[in-house]
Amino acid sequence: MSRLIIHPDQNSYLNQLRETLAMKTLPKEKRYETLSYLPPLTDQQIAQQINYMIDQGYIPAVEFEKDPNPGDHHWTLWKLPLFNATSPQDVLTEVRECRQEYSDSYIRVVGFDNIKQCQTVSFIVYKPGTSRF
Amino acid sequence: MVQTKPKFEAGVKDYRLTYYTPDYTPKDTDLLACFRMTPQPGVPPEEAGAAVAAESSTGTWTTVWTDNLTDLDRYKGRCYDLEAVPGEDNQYFCFVAYPLDLFEEGSVTNVLTSIVGNVFGFKALRALRLEDLRFPVALIKTFQGPPHGITVERDLLNKYGRPLLGCTIKPKLGLSAKNYGRAVYECLRGGLDFTKDDENINSQPFMRWRDRFLFVQEAIEKAQAETNEIKGHYLNVTAPTCEQMMQRAEFAKEIGTPIVMHDYLTGGFTANTTLARWCRDNGVLLHIHRAMHAVIDRQRNHGIHFRVLAKCLRLSGGDHLHSGTVVGKLEGERGITMGFVDLMREDYVEEDRSRGIFFTQDYASLPGTMPVASGGIHVWHMPALVEIFGDDSCLQFGGGTLGHPWGNAPGATANRVALEACVQARNEGRNLAREGNDVIREACRWSPELAAACELWKEIKFEFEAMDTL
Repeated sequence: MSRLIIHPDQNSYLNQLRETLAMKTLPKEKRYETLSYLPPLTDQQIAQQINYMIDQGYIPAVEFEKDPNPGDHHWTLWKLPLFNATSPQDVLTEVRECRQEYSDSYIRVVGFDNIKQCQTVSFIVYKPGTSRF
Repeated sequence: MVQTKPKFEAGVKDYRLTYYTPDYTPKDTDLLACFRMTPQPGVPPEEAGAAVAAESSTGTWTTVWTDNLTDLDRYKGRCYDLEAVPGEDNQYFCFVAYPLDLFEEGSVTNVLTSIVGNVFGFKALRALRLEDLRFPVALIKTFQGPPHGITVERDLLNKYGRPLLGCTIKPKLGLSAKNYGRAVYECLRGGLDFTKDDENINSQPFMRWRDRFLFVQEAIEKAQAETNEIKGHYLNVTAPTCEQMMQRAEFAKEIGTPIVMHDYLTGGFTANTTLARWCRDNGVLLHIHRAMHAVIDRQRNHGIHFRVLAKCLRLSGGDHLHSGTVVGKLEGERGITMGFVDLMREDYVEEDRSRGIFFTQDYASLPGTMPVASGGIHVWHMPALVEIFGDDSCLQFGGGTLGHPWGNAPGATANRVALEACVQARNEGRNLAREGNDVIREACRWSPELAAACELWKEIKFEFEAMDTL
């Protein structure tokens, strides 16, 4: 095995890490596509992703589903796509409302590109059982 | 109106009298070619260029009386421009226009047989390389192209806003079907979207195709059920005969697999086009490997540039095509590679000599082919790959997944975490070229799988700034 690559300020961190680097079996875990391998996103992180989407000119929308299967292409649309959203807050507000009403459902934010005529974005923002907001 | 009757004069005429037409303005319906031409010493470039146009269209070395039964002006290829190649001695870019009627509709095979046929062995030339082709919209519209294309593939797979992740199962040869299925399952359950048959896995004594297909499909379904994400494996249907190829494809569809694979150069364009049409009719995605391409495209002076082979594949049909990784190569190659990547996936590509694109190409809504970056890459390359290729690409880490110290599943997770961390950072406005290593290191703090991978493989220095100023 090659040497550890140690960043100057990370010595203690990596020493700690080395102890936890013993071989592990990957647990079985359900995932929900893009960004679902990251720790749950904070409100601020969700807002940054939405901001990017709006900057690209994509139309944001919120979708939810109680018990989604991998082959479920369509989750239920929350209201309509947010054609008038100009800030991440506009979208976050809808995510919160949706979550209040369907707290037992998974929620994702999606984005549409009306020029390319297709969906371009989808990422998970809420999984039931984990408190986020 | 009285027509002038042609007269027959037997003998050998200089090609340039008929086929060198510097005043000709190409028509929108012409198929245009740019050759890099090295004439034999003493052969004037005009004669060599005319010979290329003639030998790749209507010409024969001597006059024949049956020439008088046709209208040569309607069918001949024309050398309409010659440019000395900068920095090269006795090398010319030779531009040829071919009338539309020279080609059969929807046939890449026919186009290549004409344009890169006999002419490449022509004695008056020391070497000849086809640099680029401009397909007129009138001809493009006769091709089906990729069975599904990038946007439909994303919709089918339910994967948006990030590159797809894959891995070629290793060792290339010698695993039993069951052990192979296990390797597939472990990769997919760890977070990859796809695994891949190596190109030389067809149906050998150690693993017959039907056994492999069944064990792999079981692996796909198990991983899909456990992760709740759509999974696939490029089942290689390349076979000795077209009938066997179709038999394997039909079986793959029957067991419900989402994607099959073909080697388009060794298998041939006719077989590839047949398979691509079947794939669209049957809702199966098509991954294309390019074994043998380097035999054709590696020499600078002779052969066919890969951008032409890539365009031809897009017309023949393929949803994925290997494009190289760029990472670690020379700066100039990044522009050239991204030039043909654009030719694979964009609808309209402008002429840009700095990226090797000699002609503006309008694909007239032909679906796009997803570029596949595969080979010699690992987690530390992730920021560069996301930066260079963007979302519409498939990144394949073979050794970079299977070589993880804890095995395939954690190796796959390491790659998926690195990918998502890079996508998240990019969308947050961070500069992956400058901060890529930091992004990976930060993710190591909460992902032991990634931390273990980062410990094994060496960190990479990026030099994007220099590249971007080119």
